[in-house]
Amino acid sequence: MPQDDLKIGVFICECGTNIAGSVDVDSVVANAKKTGNVVYSTKSRYMCSEPGQAEIKKAIKEEKLDRVIIAACSPRMHEPTFRECVASVGMNPYLVDMANIREQCSWVHMGNREAATKKAKDIMKAYVARARYLQPQEEKEIPVERATLIIGGGIAGMQSALDLADAGYQVYLVEKEPSLGGLMSKLAKTYPTMDCAI
Amino acid sequence: MMDVGRHPNIKLLTNSKVEAIKGYVGNFDVKVLKKTRYVDETQCTACGDCAEVCPVVVPDAYQQGLSSRKAIYIPFPQAVPSASLIDMESCLGTNPIACGKCADKCDKKCIDYDAKDETIEFKVGTVIVATGMDVFDPVILEEYGYTKHENVVTSMEFERLLSAGGPSDGHFIRPTDRQRPKTVGFVQCVGSRCEKIGKPYCSNICCMNTIKDTLLLKDHYPDIQAKVFYIDIRAFGKGFEDLFKRSKEAGVQYIRGIPGEITEDPKSRNLKVMVEDTTSNKIEEHEFDMMVLSVGVTPRLDMPEVQQLLTLSKTPDGFFMEAHPKLKPVDAPSTGIYFAGCAEAPKDVKDSVTQASAAAARAETLLSAGKVKLEAITSTLDTALCRYCATCSRVCPYGAFTVDPKKKTISYIDALCKGCGTCAAECRFGALTMKHFTDEQIVTQIDAHLAEDPGEKVIVFACNWCSYAGADTCGGARLQYPPNQRLIRTMCSGRVDEKFVLHAFRKGAPMVVVSGCHYVDCHYIDANRWTQKRVEKLWDKFEKWGIRPERLLLEWISAAEGQRFQKTMQDIEELRKKVTKEEIEQTVKILTEEEEKDKAKAKKKQADSPTKKKS
Repeated sequence: MPQDDLKIGVFICECGTNIAGSVDVDSVVANAKKTGNVVYSTKSRYMCSEPGQAEIKKAIKEEKLDRVIIAACSPRMHEPTFRECVASVGMNPYLVDMANIREQCSWVHMGNREAATKKAKDIMKAYVARARYLQPQEEKEIPVERATLIIGGGIAGMQSALDLADAGYQVYLVEKEPSLGGLMSKLAKTYPTMDCAI
Repeated sequence: MMDVGRHPNIKLLTNSKVEAIKGYVGNFDVKVLKKTRYVDETQCTACGDCAEVCPVVVPDAYQQGLSSRKAIYIPFPQAVPSASLIDMESCLGTNPIACGKCADKCDKKCIDYDAKDETIEFKVGTVIVATGMDVFDPVILEEYGYTKHENVVTSMEFERLLSAGGPSDGHFIRPTDRQRPKTVGFVQCVGSRCEKIGKPYCSNICCMNTIKDTLLLKDHYPDIQAKVFYIDIRAFGKGFEDLFKRSKEAGVQYIRGIPGEITEDPKSRNLKVMVEDTTSNKIEEHEFDMMVLSVGVTPRLDMPEVQQLLTLSKTPDGFFMEAHPKLKPVDAPSTGIYFAGCAEAPKDVKDSVTQASAAAARAETLLSAGKVKLEAITSTLDTALCRYCATCSRVCPYGAFTVDPKKKTISYIDALCKGCGTCAAECRFGALTMKHFTDEQIVTQIDAHLAEDPGEKVIVFACNWCSYAGADTCGGARLQYPPNQRLIRTMCSGRVDEKFVLHAFRKGAPMVVVSGCHYVDCHYIDANRWTQKRVEKLWDKFEKWGIRPERLLLEWISAAEGQRFQKTMQDIEELRKKVTKEEIEQTVKILTEEEEKDKAKAKKKQADSPTKKKS
């Protein structure tokens, strides 16, 4: 079920002229303010910059935001940046989402400001709608048993075993045949050194 | 080999087989069956007295069957562990009355005919798969007469014939008359680059192996005449070209052309070939005392066993598939499992050693940290809704589900889940939910995009790793396209439930695109296989319902294919323009009716079936 009592903040990035050049950012901000659950919206020249991030952190604290939407570049670029940003003021990093209005909007509809702005608004609104369903997520950490199983005692298995064992880890090397050596041990000589294989 | 045998941190289990691996990264429980040697390997001094008295003689596999060994034997002089073992299949019997000669002879009393296999269990955090390869068996290529002509040998047999520790003690002889051959011919690409026998790939090592063989021959016997028949000589590694040059300078003749057939002169037992030299376009005849088939490398026959133990995948060539061919060439798709050597692809000693060290380093990354962060975006299972149909276990690329439909049990290990969401898209009972990409989250995005002017918009589902990234690449290159598409990101195209597609059409979308990684590029092994099946099913349904299937597109676009993304979007806009308002209205009507029918059916089913007790 959507949470209807959420306070959502929407931050629109101009990315210099990268976004602002094709999208009317002010009208996207105005539109955001009229979208359900959005209690705060603003723009910044560079949202990913220190001042941009400071603005997000300040708004989360002052406006008591529950969810944050950054309409900017691709999440493939800056999702980690903004996850870290919100986490630093105590928000779960999975409660921030990025609406991609640069790579998939302003950069591909240059010279068509009206359509690009309309599309940017749609993208923003879709993410605000989605934000109402966002839940905090947890990155679980589990212990790692400090030992390795190596299946195969040919040249590759032996090399891996020696590297790990020399580094101090326990290695279990399992070989099907009665001896180590694998296929390589059957070779008379090996290239490029032309020396014995064993 | 010796270093491995005596290293205090290595527990060496030879003559052994991994029987079971349970668990996940950081926590694998391993069960190994250590088959008995019938000889106490800690006491045996490898004196060989036992083998001397053994009356049983069998072909020696280590020498490629070119010589013999006894039933009690040491695999080869430098074997590790350096101890004898009994091949019980050929031993005259465990009954000392039948034979028992070796046990009588052994001073240290190491031999125990009643010794039992042992099961060893332990826990590890990481696994390295270094299972190696098999060598191509040329029996099926009848034209080369490997089974008919004794003087046709494989490159592996040739290795043994040339080896100082080989069956002829390093004297190079041919099988029929045990005389030293004066002319030797090599045929390349036997079992490689051959579509007709299903081995289209290059085996990587055979060109250099033959070059090495010719150099060894010329070093030992400068008067020997050697000729190599080839398609291309691939001497691409460091120092390889130099060896190739040396071989040619030593007088080895390289002829570009592969013989169609090898025939034998019954009297001299010499071999004759006809070949078209493609550099001179002339048909030539050559005669040799002996011929060597330069055999390729094939995936191991017993690979499916290891594949099942660890839920691994194979590439079309049959070797194990890595997590990413370029960026994660050592990792298996499941975290904590790595590849070393020929298990992943054919490679020579140097490359095997390189990958083995890389695999060790990758494993060490986890081992030294001592802990590992798990994927946060995974599926969750509501067992109360599960009907044990086992669809999830069939579609999960990582084997995270185990379902027994008869016993009505399901187990799900979320540590194995990588978050593709295919299970949630396929589950018909709503028992599986994909965190962060839930049905509600995706449907609400569709609704938001189609709230205004839906008839102008195209809904495009794009997977995070390829098609969404391809859209980004397109943007990065400023490749322009019409502004009517609306992208919805999922981690994998496998997440795109058919109900998302139907919902979009019901909301008045003229076109819907499902896009993902190209087949072999899927970041969730083969989850996009299920995407394809799902879309094909939808096309059939559309056909039945009278909706044009062309309005639903399935596109594979990689992260690098910005231009392809642009072209696809341009083409789609042309198609969209042809979808009339009336057609959209008709579709909405059909799909709304179908939805009503489904709801009624579900209601009836619920009323008919006894109420499910909630435990």
